[in-house]
Amino acid sequence: MSNPSNLRYATSHEWAKQDGDIATVGVTAFAVEQLTEPTYLELPAVGAALKAGDKFGIIESYKSTSDLYSPVAGTVVERNEPLVDEGKRKGDPKPVNDDAFGAGWMVKIKLAPGATLDHLLTAEQYDQQLASEGH
Amino acid sequence: MSNLRTPLYQWHVDHKARMVPFGGWEMPVQYAGIGPEHKAVRSGAGLFDISHMARVSFGGTAALALLEKVFTNSVATMKDGQVRYGLVCKEDGGILDDILVYRWPSGFAAVVNASNREKILAWLEPHRTGLAVEIQDRTFDTAMIAVQGPKSVELVAGLFADDVSGLKYYYATPTQYLGNPCVVSRTGYTGEDGFEVIVPNALGVALWDEFVAKGAVPCGLGARDTLRLEAAMPLYGHELNESIDPIHAGLAWAVKLDKGEFIGRDAIRKATADTTKPVRVGLEIEGKRAAREGCAITDADNATVGTVTSGSLCPGVDKSLAMGYVDPRVASVGSALDIDVRGTKLPATVVPLPFYKRKK
Repeated sequence: MSNPSNLRYATSHEWAKQDGDIATVGVTAFAVEQLTEPTYLELPAVGAALKAGDKFGIIESYKSTSDLYSPVAGTVVERNEPLVDEGKRKGDPKPVNDDAFGAGWMVKIKLAPGATLDHLLTAEQYDQQLASEGH
Repeated sequence: MSNLRTPLYQWHVDHKARMVPFGGWEMPVQYAGIGPEHKAVRSGAGLFDISHMARVSFGGTAALALLEKVFTNSVATMKDGQVRYGLVCKEDGGILDDILVYRWPSGFAAVVNASNREKILAWLEPHRTGLAVEIQDRTFDTAMIAVQGPKSVELVAGLFADDVSGLKYYYATPTQYLGNPCVVSRTGYTGEDGFEVIVPNALGVALWDEFVAKGAVPCGLGARDTLRLEAAMPLYGHELNESIDPIHAGLAWAVKLDKGEFIGRDAIRKATADTTKPVRVGLEIEGKRAAREGCAITDADNATVGTVTSGSLCPGVDKSLAMGYVDPRVASVGSALDIDVRGTKLPATVVPLPFYKRKK
């Protein structure tokens, strides 16, 4: 799999993409492959304030339950609503499985004043992390 | 210690399986995905490499006596070609393994869990002392492949020297594949009709390829786990271990207390009268979140009344299901409980097992 060069990566396998002061966040295709296909997703409410490294949600697969960690500091301004349960409507996290770097995005975070993506890995560095873990 | 590899290891890697360590072996957890693989078994046919399971043969005039001594189910009443499920227990009734015993005209065989292969072989040693029994571990000479699902009976047609489609459930027959001896049994671990085939190592890939060409979907351990969970089949190390006895595990049907002396019999007989120990139950959970092994099960007063041993969203019934052990006072069907998943309480109800039963 290839990790897009226009994204930045957390060692915990989330990605972030910056457009102005908004960072779109998801998990990497590698993470999805390790988890097996996602079955349930829990995301923070719009307005939630996050620090980089804060737990922001839960992803479940047939095999495992894992926490999601925010790669950046800021405030959640949008969620990928079809992925999550809302009232009686059941969410479907399938886009995370099919298109982790695209349609499977999870939240958009308005960066806190002064917050950047500079502390995150580049695609090349993330590739190296996966390689050093033997993948 | 590096993991063992089955004769199909390279095939799995070449076909992009995700490999994981399991029971001392490197095994595929999934190919296309657990959901589609699970559903293929329920509606068509799925293919499993189960070469990691230990295959042990028993010969000699005292083989029957040894097996009757270490196995909770009856061996003497088995017919030639019959396969029987049962437990190997310690003196205190704790379960060392759950195994299948095969009876042949000339001896017996057993299929043992991969993670328990060395333990069971070591357990047999002192008990065979002085008995005319030859025990051979055939695990490394043979591959074992399961084809499971309603279409599996069509897939085995014409593959073997003998027609195996008429095999009865839990019977096996020796036959030939490509001119070499093999064993076909009508057994499985998915809750579907199906066959398990033991062939010499060198023929493992050929047989696998032939099943794939006929439309069987390669399935990994992930689907095997969700399938057996739906069918409420216990998995050693989860529902079964050395501190659980067969009675409280809900496996009294696999114990024949009146068959004569066997290891663990007195303790198991006592266990039948013990109404205080936790018992195995099935739980259906509201919503899509999964309960996981180790999650606490609580009652209406928030008191812990049990522990989850297996849990997953199950693709076939599309429900979040779990098995676990609970206090017998809250174990009856309909009992409303909660499962604590990382601080979140998931409402759950005790339901009858199995969760899934195939239409005959």
